Amino acid sequence: MNGSTLSIRRRLVIQLALVAALLSVAFFLTVRGVAGNATEQTQDNILAASATSIADALYSDNGSVRVEIPYSALSMLGTVSEDRVFYHVILDGKTLTGYDDLPVPEGQSRPGVPLFDTYSYRGDSLRAVVVTRTLAAANQPRRVEVVVAQTRLGLAAISSRITTTATAIGVAFFLVATALSALAAQNALRPLSRLAEAMARRGPKDLRPVSAEAPSELAPLVGGLNSFMSRLSAALGRSEDLIVEAAHRVRTPLATVRTQAEVVHLQMEKPQNRQALRQMIRAIDESSRSAGQLLDHAMVTLRSDHLETEIVNPADLLREVVDRLGPTADLRDISIRLDLPDQPLRVRGDPILLQNAVRNILDNAIKYSPAETDIAISLSGDDICRMTFCDQGRGFEAADIARLPDRFSRGTNVGDVVGSGLGLTIVTDVARAHGGSLEIATDPKGGGACVTLVLPCC
Amino acid sequence: MRYACFALLLTWWAGSSAAFDIEESHSYPAGASELRILSTADQAVFDPILRSFQAENPEISIVYDVAGSTGVMAAIQDEGALYDLVISSAMDLQTKLANDGLAQAYLSEATARLPAWASWRDMVFAFTQEPAVLVVNDRLFRDLETPRNRAGLIELLRGNPQVFRGRIGTYDVRRSGLGYLFATQDSRNTESYWRLTEVMGRLETQLYCCSGEMITDVASGDLALAYNVLGSYARVRLKDTPGIRVVEMEDFVSVMLRSALIPMNARAVEEAGLMIDFLAGMSNRPELVQATGLPPVSLDARDGDESVLRPIRLGPGLLVFLDRMRRETFLRSWVSSVEQE
Ligand SMILES: Nc1ncnc2c1ncn2[C@@H]1O[C@H](COP(=O)(O)OP(=O)(O)OP(=O)(O)O)[C@@H](O)[C@H]1O
Ligand SMILES: [Mg+2]
Repeated sequence: MNGSTLSIRRRLVIQLALVAALLSVAFFLTVRGVAGNATEQTQDNILAASATSIADALYSDNGSVRVEIPYSALSMLGTVSEDRVFYHVILDGKTLTGYDDLPVPEGQSRPGVPLFDTYSYRGDSLRAVVVTRTLAAANQPRRVEVVVAQTRLGLAAISSRITTTATAIGVAFFLVATALSALAAQNALRPLSRLAEAMARRGPKDLRPVSAEAPSELAPLVGGLNSFMSRLSAALGRSEDLIVEAAHRVRTPLATVRTQAEVVHLQMEKPQNRQALRQMIRAIDESSRSAGQLLDHAMVTLRSDHLETEIVNPADLLREVVDRLGPTADLRDISIRLDLPDQPLRVRGDPILLQNAVRNILDNAIKYSPAETDIAISLSGDDICRMTFCDQGRGFEAADIARLPDRFSRGTNVGDVVGSGLGLTIVTDVARAHGGSLEIATDPKGGGACVTLVLPCC
Repeated sequence: MRYACFALLLTWWAGSSAAFDIEESHSYPAGASELRILSTADQAVFDPILRSFQAENPEISIVYDVAGSTGVMAAIQDEGALYDLVISSAMDLQTKLANDGLAQAYLSEATARLPAWASWRDMVFAFTQEPAVLVVNDRLFRDLETPRNRAGLIELLRGNPQVFRGRIGTYDVRRSGLGYLFATQDSRNTESYWRLTEVMGRLETQLYCCSGEMITDVASGDLALAYNVLGSYARVRLKDTPGIRVVEMEDFVSVMLRSALIPMNARAVEEAGLMIDFLAGMSNRPELVQATGLPPVSLDARDGDESVLRPIRLGPGLLVFLDRMRRETFLRSWVSSVEQE
């Protein structure tokens, strides 16, 4: 999943993070805008209240207009922030009291409606309001403007606080949202990765249908996969069947042909005819052997796929096989020595497969040894169980060893010994199915072959 | 008397266009850097503070000039006199300097420890809190009940005109900036202020420029009582002046905050800051408090609003009574109440 531009998760996370970033920025702008407006509005309201309360304190005294600025008019401006405060009361364009150079906010001012402006005065930016009143003094209408202004440091402080808070919340929101979207993406893709894992865990020959639960989006994929695998396994099964069938069908008539050939051989007088028949018989033997071994191999493959194991004592196994092949060895005066440990060993496995493997090894040892020799079989081990078969025959050609376990691969040392080249293939397959291995070596002392079947004990 | 001139310095600011006069000038030569202070407080009061400060900062020479509060205002506002620190009891004028952009901001650990009400705009820093009190003649009041609040005072004066006629003292608010500050705060805080003024006027109240003279006259028996005397000053006098008693009103007590600020054109800003830190930490120096008689701003004090003691609030509210028209109106009412004949 890493690095690939096609990673669904990465694309999902990036898209969700982009959305979160957009929302964060929108949130930030909204909060700052709304809060900024609100604080400005608050300052305007206080300014207007202040100017109005000054205007309310206007009175005419003996025909002259006077004002008694209420304490609260200015002190209220000092309650929220420590901003500078200026005021200016103007009567018919002439200063009545206050800061006489404080400008009047520009604009169309109507009586009773406060008019706001922002300007610079004495080196600071001011928010100012003017409230206009008309007053009758000495029977004359007099126009009074009350200007109140305040610096905006408190406002700036509040707005920077709001900005900081909004930024912090925006960033936090973005981080949380991104983390959550990463989680969500992972969650959404979990069935997919579970499926991928299940597929990866499978052995090369496991063609069972996928049983893991898949979300509806994956159902077509899983369905396709399953039907593909069932077709594949059916095809494999058919070819396996075909081999078994074919081997079986070939073996029986071959036996008949061989008997007939031997009968004929006895009756032949011309040496070249006898030679031809011997070759024929040998070919029949090889075919028959091949068919048998193919059959066995097919059986091994089948059972390995669905290994049914039980506890097996390898000593018993060896004894059984030696009993079985004893007569063949006796025919050639080969004596078999069994060297078994006192302690019983335990191996978990399929007894039929194990027997088949051991039989093939011993069969080779007998087959490739000259008459009147010994075969030494030894069993050892505690964690790992080793069955070693050493004979006094021709040994292996070093160049052959690597390829001997291959199918139909025979050594250059076989001479006229009949064989199909499947024996060690069967042994290797069985060993692998049980988590073990096969070791092939030429005995450095005697020059014979030493074949060891290694299996894990339990 | 050590403090004899103290209150003299709180002279009236009304004749403000007059050029400012330095009443006293003292110098404390020491190291290379020079700190120029313009203050309304008598050098005798400040001497222990200056010496103690110099002991801690031996590299700083000090020039200590004394002027009235009006003079201080004129010096900084109109004449651009070169000072590094302005110390004044005129809270309203200090506030106006800061509001009009003639002071510079200063921040330090020491100023951050001050309670919120003791500083404004990080420019004006209060370092004392000095209440306005009633000073009475002890002998005369042996037979009279001591008033506990202003209503009680009005009743007492009304009930005993023969005792009090011509024997009441208070500030002439036309001449004394501090008197004006206390009077305007009174008028804001209680309904009975104008009634009290009226009663005092009817009893031919004597008007003074300064707390010192009032106390002297109360002690001598010329006055039966003096209203709105600077408490810090009266308490110092208690020790060596027999026959006077200090009474704090129970309805409310206006508390003046003596404050310091650094003018815009100050040169030795750093040294001025050191002095502000020193003054802000006065509550940790009981020996200086003892020597000067100046009650320091206590660092753990809450806002005075909840108690009887009401520190006059620094801030734009103080500009109201500096308003030309408002002042005119106030003085007109006051004069008509006090001078009735
Ligand atoms: N004990 C042995 N001594 C010498 N060579 C051996 C021995 N066992 C196996 N080989 C060599 O390994 C080769 C492969 O053995 P494998 O059993 O697979 O085939 P095979 O014996 O030729 O045929 P079959 O399938 O009939 O057993 C043999 O052809 C032979 O060359
Ligand atoms: Mg073989």
